Amino acid sequence: MTRRQRYYPVLGGGLLVVAVQVVLSATEATYYMTQITMSAYYVLVVIGLCLLMGYAGQVSLGQAGFFAIGGYTAAVLTTRNLLAYRDTPLIAWCRSLGLVVERRDLYGADILSFSPWLAFGAALLLTGLIAFLIGLPVLRLKGHYLAMATLGIGLIVYRVVLGAPLFGQADGISNVPPFRLADGVEVNGRPAFRVQNYYMAWVMVLAAMVLAVNLVHSRVGRALRSIHQNEEAAHSLGVNTYRYKLGTFILSALFAAAGGVFLTHYNGSIGPSEATVMKSVRYVAIVAVGGMANLWGALIMGVVLNFLSLRGVFGTYDDAVFGAILIAMMLFAPQGLLRRPEWRAVWSLVFRRSHG
Amino acid sequence: MNLAQIVQYGLSGITVGSVYAIVAIGFNIIYSSTGIINFAQGEFLIVGAMMAASLCGIVPLPVAIIAAVAATTLLGGLIELMFIRPVRDASVLRLIVITMGVSILMREAMLHIWDEQVRSLPYFTGTAVSTVGILGAHISPQVLWVLGVSAIIVAGLTVFFRFTLTGRAMRACADDRMAARLCGINDRWMVTLSFMLSAGIGALAGCVISPVTQTQYDMGAPLAIKGFTVAILGGLGNSLAAVAAGLVLGLLEAFMVSQLAVAYKEAVSIVILLLILVFRPSGLFARGELSALRAL
Repeated sequence: MTRRQRYYPVLGGGLLVVAVQVVLSATEATYYMTQITMSAYYVLVVIGLCLLMGYAGQVSLGQAGFFAIGGYTAAVLTTRNLLAYRDTPLIAWCRSLGLVVERRDLYGADILSFSPWLAFGAALLLTGLIAFLIGLPVLRLKGHYLAMATLGIGLIVYRVVLGAPLFGQADGISNVPPFRLADGVEVNGRPAFRVQNYYMAWVMVLAAMVLAVNLVHSRVGRALRSIHQNEEAAHSLGVNTYRYKLGTFILSALFAAAGGVFLTHYNGSIGPSEATVMKSVRYVAIVAVGGMANLWGALIMGVVLNFLSLRGVFGTYDDAVFGAILIAMMLFAPQGLLRRPEWRAVWSLVFRRSHG
Repeated sequence: MNLAQIVQYGLSGITVGSVYAIVAIGFNIIYSSTGIINFAQGEFLIVGAMMAASLCGIVPLPVAIIAAVAATTLLGGLIELMFIRPVRDASVLRLIVITMGVSILMREAMLHIWDEQVRSLPYFTGTAVSTVGILGAHISPQVLWVLGVSAIIVAGLTVFFRFTLTGRAMRACADDRMAARLCGINDRWMVTLSFMLSAGIGALAGCVISPVTQTQYDMGAPLAIKGFTVAILGGLGNSLAAVAAGLVLGLLEAFMVSQLAVAYKEAVSIVILLLILVFRPSGLFARGELSALRAL
């Protein structure tokens, strides 16, 4: 595939995003955009996990944990009132650098808190560090120890946010301020910002997609695929399998954390339900339905399934649906729904070529 | 800490530790025969205990437990037949993801059948408040039941794997599946059998521990993590070492709780898991040649 052809789907995706917005605005059904925007942030997690599962061949059951680490870090740093420490040297120094912002809450009380930019950076740093510390020992081993280790991390994160008063326990953290990226451009869930945020979320997703697609088609991507197919052969050819797996794992954790930060600012809150193991399994299921090593499949399925789930289509069987999807895909269509033989004719019509 | 306290914490550690060991043995049996890590292992304990808890209102307790263990054993076999056997020659990744799906389906089914309520079996002998005095410590007679049943499970499995034809056939399959098949062993049934065996001993362990720890539909995953830690600690596939490792983890947790807040108890096993994966991935008791686990 040439470099230019690689971007056709991105362009197509962008056009589809615009088309959906136009249709929804014309039919005055803009409320759907809220769920699509939320789905888009979940898709960030899915893209990262797709790189890890489909290309590096490792399963992580801790993506919801990383999502929560990102979201909660952002929430804590941007809601903690530092007014009492206003004149301490550290905060004064932060103020001079513009790392803290002053605002007034709903009840008119002054709040001095860290800026969302600082919180975003801190969230990525913390998540990356944790992923590094887990991956360092675990990825040296054969087999799927990463799944168990990340399941353990996910459980710990859940217990901690549920138990620690700092994280609001069962209530989570609310009143998280919007994330102002530039004047008039902010990650904000209020209806007035709906269309703007819809586009912002999709710009982020498509940017993540460009990054992922380029990664997959680069030297790194080829190394990853060789690892997935035959790790020993790749290793003997001089591919540093360990370092590639570790790098991909950290990258997937960072994607999850970024999704967590933005969704937290968008919703204005985060709760422990984001950190459950079931959420992690859900991301795994979406990547499986998308076809494991299929970034666009993961993106499409991520939007569709998250949107349906957020609309409450699955009712009380929400989690069971994702479990059933996981089994059914692995049993009957390990290549994903979109790569079934019966679809091939359709795809070749659309793209006039077969996917490599 | 005086002697009575040490005995008290020690016994409670050994109790949970022996349950972890049973979970670990369940992991080992399936790992040996298929090379996969069964994420639904923790759910087997909960299903067993839930079924027994529902049945014991209708029939006497021993009958309820036997019926629950039998039903869970069948369920284990059924899961293998339905979800694992059809995907022969599949990658381990695929099989593991399937067991994740199975664990979710089991948990959700339990949620819909038994709701979110915490349930428990009655104490086998005595009541919740009756105690037995040992060296000045007061322990519940149920603790003795847990220890006794765990010991019987381990002894029974040892006899089964060493001295019965079926047990030896299973070991042969674990060792070299192709060679076992050439000797006329039906290797596919051995895999089914390994799922049934894991499910059965899991259900039994779930029943005896239920009066002490209570049972809720979502308790499977934490149990699985601890069982897995124990299995790694002892060396995957090594069931006798798993018993020792289980007791080590149980005791560590028990004494940790006496010193730290309960919230950190969960963290203990995962920290141990990571440490053991860094320093001795082949397990505490493994000899050098078993460290083939290390990829690089």
